[in-house]
Amino acid sequence: MKLEIKNVSYQYTKDGRKILEDFCLTVEHTERVGLIAPSGYGKTTLCKLLSGYLLPDKGEILVDGHPLASYQGYCPIQMVWQQPELAVNPRLRMREVLLEGDEVEERIVRGLGIEEDWLNRFPSELSGGELQRFCIARALGKRTKFLLADEITTMLDLITQSQIWHFLLQEVQKRGIGLLAVSHSQPLLEQICTRQVRLEKQ
Amino acid sequence: MRLNRRQRVLIGLGVSLLFLAAVCAAGILSGEAAMATDFSRKNTAPCVKYLFGTDWLGRDMLARTLKGLSLSILIGLLAAAVSAVLALVLGIVSATMGKAVDAAVTFCIDLVMGVPHILLLLLISVALGKGLRGVIVGVALTHWPSLARLIRAEVIQLKESPYIQIAEKLGKSKWYIARKHLLPHLLPQFVVGLVLLFPHAILHESSITFLGFGLSTEQPAIGIVLSEAMKYLVTGEWWLALFPGLLLVIVVILFYVAGESLQKLMNPGSVHE
Repeated sequence: MKLEIKNVSYQYTKDGRKILEDFCLTVEHTERVGLIAPSGYGKTTLCKLLSGYLLPDKGEILVDGHPLASYQGYCPIQMVWQQPELAVNPRLRMREVLLEGDEVEERIVRGLGIEEDWLNRFPSELSGGELQRFCIARALGKRTKFLLADEITTMLDLITQSQIWHFLLQEVQKRGIGLLAVSHSQPLLEQICTRQVRLEKQ
Repeated sequence: MRLNRRQRVLIGLGVSLLFLAAVCAAGILSGEAAMATDFSRKNTAPCVKYLFGTDWLGRDMLARTLKGLSLSILIGLLAAAVSAVLALVLGIVSATMGKAVDAAVTFCIDLVMGVPHILLLLLISVALGKGLRGVIVGVALTHWPSLARLIRAEVIQLKESPYIQIAEKLGKSKWYIARKHLLPHLLPQFVVGLVLLFPHAILHESSITFLGFGLSTEQPAIGIVLSEAMKYLVTGEWWLALFPGLLLVIVVILFYVAGESLQKLMNPGSVHE
């Protein structure tokens, strides 16, 4: 599978600053692309555009040659948000959060170090790192073809970071999921990615 | 024994619900007694046998008050339930069905809120031929806007939350999102709104009945009891108005207590206090 971004432009308000202008990028499903840029350069915006949360002002986003909007229902490109606290409903137990994903396998849940006991808790009873594992597991459903990781381990300690990335790398390689990892950290991206892209200020 | 806030709230809720249930039960049981006339005991001041005294037809005022209150509570429950469901549906529809629908519903909310409750209530009640039906429909149609506005605002805010956007991208249907994500957030608001509508509904029902636009005089509604009592106040029969009025106020206060207690209980933050 191939994810193509062709001449995409985006700005949040009509007369506001252009976040992206004529941006092009192609990601193969075998690739792991690192995206690096300082704050405010449009990393998260790009991820939201790629996973369909936002629509580009200009240009198009193609998945296997078909426009992204033509994929009804489950979106093959799943994004893991930077703030796990906002990404789960505070009134649902974690078991239900996992069920929202597309038949998430037990192997993934175990691999991310999610403990049985956590499943019966509410989001407010878990730490940010523990919540983020649930968000990653939820995004790794059966039909996921590309995973966008928007600074998913920024708030975690180094041991947990390495545990999560170790598992993620195994998983995406095994299933042939394309990975787009966003981070401030050059060393991390050098470790996990096959190539890196730097966003430029518009 | 020291009680924490949650326990005190639970006790308050329990006591008020128990009292309201007792009033309803007593009212249903004293149906016959409320209508029975006996001229040998007319205009008796409150005494041990007739706690609330008797009226000019010798009817037991305690039975009449309880019967009237239970009727009021019934009407209040029905009207508030209809009103709250109306508010829930219109609130959600307004927030999710696009701009035109939103504008229409918001206009209706402003319209109904702009006209004084009691005036609109009188018009609807009279148009429907007074009686039980008129009162219930009238109260139901005038009390939904504030709750609808609250729910609309809540849904609009919820719609923007990341976890609902994520659910959409995970291919979840609108129905799934409404059931799993919207309702659990709206339910506490809805239940509290519903309970806090009761006292309003009861007060408005009594007022329009008192003014003569509500229930017919054969039914011992609390408004009828009070409005009849007015004529006898000048002749010194103070108990005819005092006790029914007092009990009406107590019932309304208890509904408020129940509503406020529920609100405190349903706020997840209060668990740890």
